[in-house]
Amino acid sequence: MQLPVNPELLGRRWRRQEAFLLSAVVVMMAVGLAAVDLSTVEHIQATSIRVFASVAVCAVIIAITMRMRARYADPFISPIALMLLGIGLIQIHRLDIAEQIQAITTAQPVPTSRAPMQALWAVIGVLALAAVLMAVREHRRLQRLTWTITLAGLAMLLLPLVPGLGRTIRGATLWVSIGGFSIQPAETAKVLLTIGFSAYLTRYGRALALLRARVAGIAVPRPRDFIPLLLIWLVSLGVLILQRDLGTSLLFFGLFVVVLYASTGQRLWAILGLAMFLTGSMIGWLLFSHVQVRVDLWANPFRGDGTSQVALGLYGIADGGLFGSGLGQGFPALVPFAESDFIFASISEELGLAGSIACLLLYALLVQRGLRTAMQLRDTFGSLLAMSLATVIALQTFVVIGGVTRLIPLTGLTTPFLSYGGSSLASNFIVIALLLRLSHAAREPRPEFKQMTFTTGPLPTTSPDEQTQAFTPVSDPS
Amino acid sequence: MNKQIRRVAVSMVVMFLALAANLSYLQVVGADSITERAGNKRNLLREYSRERGHIVVADQAIAASVKTADVIAYLRQYSGGPEYAAVTGFYSYIYGATGIERAANTVLAGSDDSLLLDRITQLLAGRKPRGGAVVLTINPDAQAAAWEGLKGRTGAVVALEPHTGRILALVSSPSFDPNLLTVHNANAVQAYYRQQMRDPAQPMLNRPLVRSYPPGSTFKLVTAAAALEAGLVTPDAQVEAPATFQLPGSTKKLRNWQKGKCAGSDTITLAQALAVSCNTSFAILGDEVGADALRRQARNFGFDSNFQVPMISATSRFPANPDRAQTSLSAIGQFDVQATALQMAVVAAAIADGGMVMNPYLIDRVLAPDLTVLRQTTPTVRNRAVKVETATALTDMMEQVVSRGTGGNARITGIAVAGKTGTAQTAQGSKPHAWFIGFAPVKNPQVAVAVVIENGGGSAEVSGNKLAAPIAREVMKAVLK
Repeated sequence: MQLPVNPELLGRRWRRQEAFLLSAVVVMMAVGLAAVDLSTVEHIQATSIRVFASVAVCAVIIAITMRMRARYADPFISPIALMLLGIGLIQIHRLDIAEQIQAITTAQPVPTSRAPMQALWAVIGVLALAAVLMAVREHRRLQRLTWTITLAGLAMLLLPLVPGLGRTIRGATLWVSIGGFSIQPAETAKVLLTIGFSAYLTRYGRALALLRARVAGIAVPRPRDFIPLLLIWLVSLGVLILQRDLGTSLLFFGLFVVVLYASTGQRLWAILGLAMFLTGSMIGWLLFSHVQVRVDLWANPFRGDGTSQVALGLYGIADGGLFGSGLGQGFPALVPFAESDFIFASISEELGLAGSIACLLLYALLVQRGLRTAMQLRDTFGSLLAMSLATVIALQTFVVIGGVTRLIPLTGLTTPFLSYGGSSLASNFIVIALLLRLSHAAREPRPEFKQMTFTTGPLPTTSPDEQTQAFTPVSDPS
Repeated sequence: MNKQIRRVAVSMVVMFLALAANLSYLQVVGADSITERAGNKRNLLREYSRERGHIVVADQAIAASVKTADVIAYLRQYSGGPEYAAVTGFYSYIYGATGIERAANTVLAGSDDSLLLDRITQLLAGRKPRGGAVVLTINPDAQAAAWEGLKGRTGAVVALEPHTGRILALVSSPSFDPNLLTVHNANAVQAYYRQQMRDPAQPMLNRPLVRSYPPGSTFKLVTAAAALEAGLVTPDAQVEAPATFQLPGSTKKLRNWQKGKCAGSDTITLAQALAVSCNTSFAILGDEVGADALRRQARNFGFDSNFQVPMISATSRFPANPDRAQTSLSAIGQFDVQATALQMAVVAAAIADGGMVMNPYLIDRVLAPDLTVLRQTTPTVRNRAVKVETATALTDMMEQVVSRGTGGNARITGIAVAGKTGTAQTAQGSKPHAWFIGFAPVKNPQVAVAVVIENGGGSAEVSGNKLAAPIAREVMKAVLK
């Protein structure tokens, strides 16, 4: 007969595993950055050392925070996020070098390196992750702020439309410029609305599940139950039309439909959502040239001289082949926006199918850990929130990678953790923080169980709350 | 709730599988069809970013790749410059390659089969493949002499080693600077290229290989060869040499460039006729030999086919169906006879080599990046143009052209030189082309040369001697010194 495992030891083991995986990512960073430097400029650059140090700092912050505030959380989630971040950083560093070399050749001013900036944002993002884990000790507290969070999310989403604040870059109005800094509030809105949708549907999902009206003998929801779906649909259309941001629009509506389905268990909502999505897409395609352009490029990327954005990205991906050109040995600078929207193309070029599938697997694993957490949690809100967070990552990955690889029309979205962009990176680390908080809650041994393994005497008569406090882990002795 | 989450999970799996399947298609199955599209610059850039091999002349690289810090990694530099442009050609990121750069591209780029071993070694060492070097047959002194001689003129020079077919000099004038087509500045390259293409002097035309001219009196050697081969004449036989010749079947009369009789009498020896380049004698001889025999003889010297040196030369032509008048005119290198400088150099070389036409070639050997010899070119016989006796007879007559005929300017002190001048009439109103072809020394010839100066000047036969012969002399002296 197996002895019951001491949960303290279990938590420690998970953190040890996590620390090991985080260190493995740090080692990968050293190897990757060195490979880039040696195959291009043939000496280790100072920026590489700064980037490497930043990632090491990130790993340390994560490891410490986890031991302090989420010691039972899944040990794979944070290393996967850090690894994706690292792959992105290596590639951004590689692109920096390519652009600098090109600038020197053509006697243009040498652009500043983006990798150290992104690395700084990574530290900020990880600090944000730590802050969320510190501040949100219990995920159910977020539920009390349903309306505040939802409204804040919608406000953030529409913020770029405020005159004087919004900035239009490449035709899409999704940046807000504050004191010289450009941020993408849609990324923050993503986090807020994910919480908002989950909280809202935790409360009203049951009601929406009841089909009380009948049309032609088929049970359908009451007309008033359509209001939220209609509202989100209109907001999504608004984002599409006013901000010309297809990706964000697609992401939010898709997320809402998935959460709606999960909370009600009614396939009807999913079908309705899909129908409204298709209707919205048709409206967008019929009425707006920017949508038509994207669809045309999807259908005929090689039209003309074959140098459309999509085509240039596809050349890079195809050129990568099975194993890629090797870090620093491809021509990723030939791809437009190679450090942001098209970073997946430049990774595919230099690391080949092996590298691109590895990235996909990392995302898939991250999503799987999220969905697993969702299934482990016993409270509806936690469960829905974990699933929503996993869905957001999966949908965003699918929309952007699918766009770059021409599976679906290209829409502008950042590739989670890989793309250059501070607000996106910080928001994604907050998503990870919430997942870790939920995972900790799901895997933390129940107070009774702790009791059994820690006390030999009769069960104490204190309330469960006091018990929890009594056994809140103190700082790790190691 | 878990049932719904499971279903959501299934749809996520489907999404990721779709992405993975699509990536597998893009990167493996359909990769080639995408990368081969014109919009993809990678294959080109990869080739340009390799360390391209040297083009070597007499142990000196006239084209070399120098490492740079930019995306293209290597800059092609031509120390040979415009002087060697007709040989090296250029290797441009925008306009592709010409000359040896193009003809020997697989070796220079390192993709040649003979460099497979080196590629594998480089791959194992984690380095990019390098190109092999190409060593040329060019004699730098002869090349310099030809370049100096053509300075300020429009024309071409080809020098050959008669016994092997090695090309000792290949110059086109005016020329261009290939360095300006390889700089890593697309705008500058485009501007230079367009300027060269607009230039009416056509500096980018490879004259010695691809420009055809009427060969004028130099073609009289072919006519003489045909007549000698047919046994119609001997060098000492008397041939007609009237002041004018009524072209058969035509109202036109052919005159001599001397504006009268070629010599004092109405008949002169064949050797004398060649020495003074008597038009009427050779027109009459051509009529006697006939178009078919002339064409056969021309073809035996390489007309109506081309040479691969390895660049492919333009085909020199003998007219297909000339009437008798046209045949007579063709016999003196007029009417529709067209020849490149290379072709006329081959004629001179064949006579020098006892009647044997050797395939002219530029690449002496191919070296691996570690400088071991991968291929050494062995001279190859193309065909026999004339019998040894005919060649000897022609040589004797050509020697007289230089020693006491129209080609006096080709004389070299202490060395017997054989040659033939030519002045080819072109379109009405434009000046004739001046020719000289010849070889030296007469015994055991080391160099055969053809010089052509476009629209060179005076209509008299002397212009071949005045303009072309001195250049030929300097080239031959450079080889023989």
